[in-house]
Parts: sequence; structure tokens; C-alpha cells
Amino acid sequence: MMPRSTLPIVAVLVFGMSFSVHAETIQISMENLVISPAEATAKVGDTIEWINKDIFAHTATARSGDWDVTMPPKKTITLVLKKAGTIDYYCRFHPNMKATLTVTP
Amino acid sequence: MFVRLSAAIAAFGLLSSAVLAQGAKPTDPQIAHIAYTAGVIDIAAAKQALAKTSNKEIKAFAEDMVRDHEAVNKQALDLVKKLKVTPEDNDTSRSLSKNAADKLAELAKLKGAEFDKAYAANEVAYHKAVDGALETLLIPSATNAELKSLLQTGLKIFQGHEQHAEHVAAALK
Repeated sequence: MMPRSTLPIVAVLVFGMSFSVHAETIQISMENLVISPAEATAKVGDTIEWINKDIFAHTATARSGDWDVTMPPKKTITLVLKKAGTIDYYCRFHPNMKATLTVTP
Repeated sequence: MFVRLSAAIAAFGLLSSAVLAQGAKPTDPQIAHIAYTAGVIDIAAAKQALAKTSNKEIKAFAEDMVRDHEAVNKQALDLVKKLKVTPEDNDTSRSLSKNAADKLAELAKLKGAEFDKAYAANEVAYHKAVDGALETLLIPSATNAELKSLLQTGLKIFQGHEQHAEHVAAALK
């Protein structure tokens, strides 16, 4: 049996912990052949939501080979990040579209 | 290099002089027709390449051309429908189509690496010509804001194609 006064502290700790592991969703748009923001940061476990606003199909292709996501015109595609690192990626169909994603552990 | 450049200039000259010969800037229905025709031509060229080539780079490039030009043309059709505009055939569209038919016939006779090189060189020249026409003639002449905006999107994507084609052509040398 814990003393009463420690309960709120425990509650804060538990709440704080669950809050810190809560994964976030980061939105990145592809519009008019531009990836925005061109530099984004996220944590392992976060979800990236690429929103293709163009009438063209695009890809988010990691130069490292870690992932290669294809998004049809006017569609949103998500990817859960599993690995930390700084990843340069581009659109295979339109190689002028480039961006960087920094994934922290 | 000289051949490629002069082909581009000749093609562009053809594109603009045919319009200028009519003595006026092209109208929106004519611009829509020219832009759509230019897309159809590049799709046909890409389909020919897909049927003939065994080069991975050429194949990927041609697939990009079909995908992007079909997307622009679909958007163009949706727009003319929405604006209740009927695209109007004109001398520029006709000379573009005539030239393209000649080019298809010329390329049809080539095989293997020879075909790949000729296709890539023509894609560079063709996109240069179309981009030039969009920039100096079609976009400035368009009066409807939505048509102008679609042409601007087209220009941006075709400039990427031009670079991509240059890259593919250089890799074949």
C-alpha cells in the first residue's frame, strides 16, 4: 500500500511515460512538383503522411533504399518509420523533387 | 549537338510561325487543342519506344512520359468540358501532328541502340520546342486563368522531362 501523497506522482509518471511514447503523424505535402517541408524531423514509430495534391503520380524514394512509397494522384499515403537516420529521398518520376527526413531514435 | 539544337529550333520555329501565319495570337480553344495535341504526340512516341526498346532507362523514361502526359491531357479535357470550350483544330496542331507522324515513321525503321539514341535525342528536342512554345507563346496568349494555370503546371513538368531526357540521352553516348 502506497502512501497517499505518492499517488499523484505515480500518476504523473505513468501519464508522462505514455505521452512520450505516443507516436505522432507528420504531414508532408507534394504540390506543384515541390515537397514541403523539404526538411522534416520525426522519431522512430512516428507516421509520415505524404499528401499528393498533384494530378501526377509521385514517389518518396529513399536514396538509402530503406523505403520506396508510390502515391497516386490526389492520394495520401502513410508510412511508419522503423529506423533512425538522416534520409535523403526524391521522386523517381520527377527527380527534381527532393527532400530530407531526419529520424531520431 | 548541332543537329539536336537545330532540330529544336526548327520545331519551335514551326510551332510559332504556323500560329503567326494566321496573323494573330492563338485563341484559348486553339491553345487547348495545341497543348492536347502536343501531349498525344509524346504519348504515341513513348508507346512506340515501349514496344521497341529493351533499354531499362528508356523504358522508365517512356513510362514517365505516358503517365505524366496522360495526366495533363485528362486535366485538359476536364477543363475544356467545365469551361464548355471546344478545342479548335488549327495550323499549328496540324503541322505538329504531321511532323510527329514523319518522326514516328523515321524511328520505326531503327532498331536497338540506334533507336534508343534517336528517341532520346528527339525527346530532348521535342520538349525543348514545346517548353519554348509554352513559355513564349501559349502561356502569354491564354486568357482563361485556369487554362493558363494548367499550361504553367505543364511547363513545369515538361521542363523536368527535358532535363530527364537530356540525362538519358547523355547516358547513351
